[in-house]
Amino acid sequence: MVRDRMGRVEGKVAIVTGGGTGIGRATARRLAEEGAIVTITDVNVEAGQAVADELGGKAMFIQQDVRQEADWQRLMDQVADKQRRLDILHNNAGILATQQMQFLADTDVEQWRAIQAVNVEGVFLGCKYGVAAMSVGGRERGGAGGGAIVNMSSVAGLIGTPGAIAYGASKGAVRQLTKSVAIDCAKKGLGIRCNSIHPGIIQTNMGEEVMHLGGGDPERAWKAFIKSVPMDEPGRPEDIANCVLFLASDEARHVTGAELVVDGGITAI
Amino acid sequence: MGRVERKVAVVSGAGTGIGRAAAKRLAEEGALVTVAEFDAETGREAAAELGGDAKFIQHDVREEASWQSLFAAVASNHGRPDILVNNAGILATENDQELALTDLAQWRAVQQVNVEGVFLGCKYGVAAMCADGGRAKGGDGGGAIVNMSSIAGLIATAHLVAYGASKGAVRQMTKSVAIDCAKKGLGIRCNSVHPGVIVTNMGDQVMGMGNGNVDANWEARLSLVPMGEPGQAVDVANCILFLASDEARHITGAELVVDGGMTAI
Repeated sequence: MVRDRMGRVEGKVAIVTGGGTGIGRATARRLAEEGAIVTITDVNVEAGQAVADELGGKAMFIQQDVRQEADWQRLMDQVADKQRRLDILHNNAGILATQQMQFLADTDVEQWRAIQAVNVEGVFLGCKYGVAAMSVGGRERGGAGGGAIVNMSSVAGLIGTPGAIAYGASKGAVRQLTKSVAIDCAKKGLGIRCNSIHPGIIQTNMGEEVMHLGGGDPERAWKAFIKSVPMDEPGRPEDIANCVLFLASDEARHVTGAELVVDGGITAI
Repeated sequence: MGRVERKVAVVSGAGTGIGRAAAKRLAEEGALVTVAEFDAETGREAAAELGGDAKFIQHDVREEASWQSLFAAVASNHGRPDILVNNAGILATENDQELALTDLAQWRAVQQVNVEGVFLGCKYGVAAMCADGGRAKGGDGGGAIVNMSSIAGLIATAHLVAYGASKGAVRQMTKSVAIDCAKKGLGIRCNSVHPGVIVTNMGDQVMGMGNGNVDANWEARLSLVPMGEPGQAVDVANCILFLASDEARHITGAELVVDGGMTAI
């Protein structure tokens, strides 16, 4: 890759969970373009490995289930072993996990728990192990330390989502968790920032899943959803990747506990 | 290639502080910058510092005629504007400005610069960005407006009642402008930036309010910043650059808080 200047995250060591497809893949590409050494994790080996192969260089793939504490431990050990540090963690992995509209009365507790396990517990574990890895020889011990965590929330974490009740609650939890992690790290002087991103309607596999909810015509569903976007077009995974890049870079050095909404105006009205 | 290469940018209040840092970052990333500033001395100095194509235009954000002549000058110097940073704002008090201590004349003076100034900026800015008829009429059109609000537009500011209200108005107006432009298909985005405690002249003014001890007040204020340090003007400038650039192409009506965690707790 030929670049005409220093990358915006040059030499930084990054992990992107759920980096095999969609927003995670776009983010892995964008961080690598700007000079980061990226580890892609995904439950799907084929998709994750393909992204690592595409990026080449020091990029690597590690299979990971974000629900499993042992997987986080193993991931951090391997990254520490290869790269000796961690600067950027993008907790992106998340699921919709339903093919039906998920109104209150339709949602059983197993479905509810399945979503929270990935979308909330997965981010909780990511923050926990991520902060620990970033703090090895961290600022409080006189080391360089520090880093940036970017958590994937959603506009569904800001406004009601009656037809995706478990998903919305999970993203609301991510928004709130992000702020507590940010303040915890700031007060401890760890030099670690933590922010959330809130996409609206984005062209991804998950976007497709949403359009298929309830077995309706997906094309009509896309049209109806896009009508709710004042800018009248969906976002692309690259648009979200650029937000992650900004928050992960040192340009956002005074931004922590903040929420960056990228929704073409959906929640401004 | 810069991140805003060859884009035509206007920054109000660009003679000092955050405005000056924003003008500098935009110019570093390739923009053709107009420094719009009330104070001729700092405005000239800022434009000279940027060098290259940068221009200084003396400007009073309160005056409709001043906006008209500003955009006429921009059109003839650089062409159709792509980026407008409505940064100019005032604190306009040396005393604590609680409700009971604020007289109507003070109130109006603050709203005139901080709110009417941004309203006029958005109005004439959108018009100038659509000078070729805009996207709706097949022109290139489009652009990005970044309005300077504050965390004072999000949380109470009991000792700065007029300033806080003005920044709340900017936050809300930003969303209406964003939706108006989006619904009309103009390709113009509009977002607000919300700094916390930043090292600027205005920061010093805040700390000196009521004849207080500036150093002691800085220290007290910093104890409210979870990150334990103030932001620098360039930190806010980088947020403005991001929102002004095409990287933020799907972001409109949003608020970017840059406060070291102050409003997260």
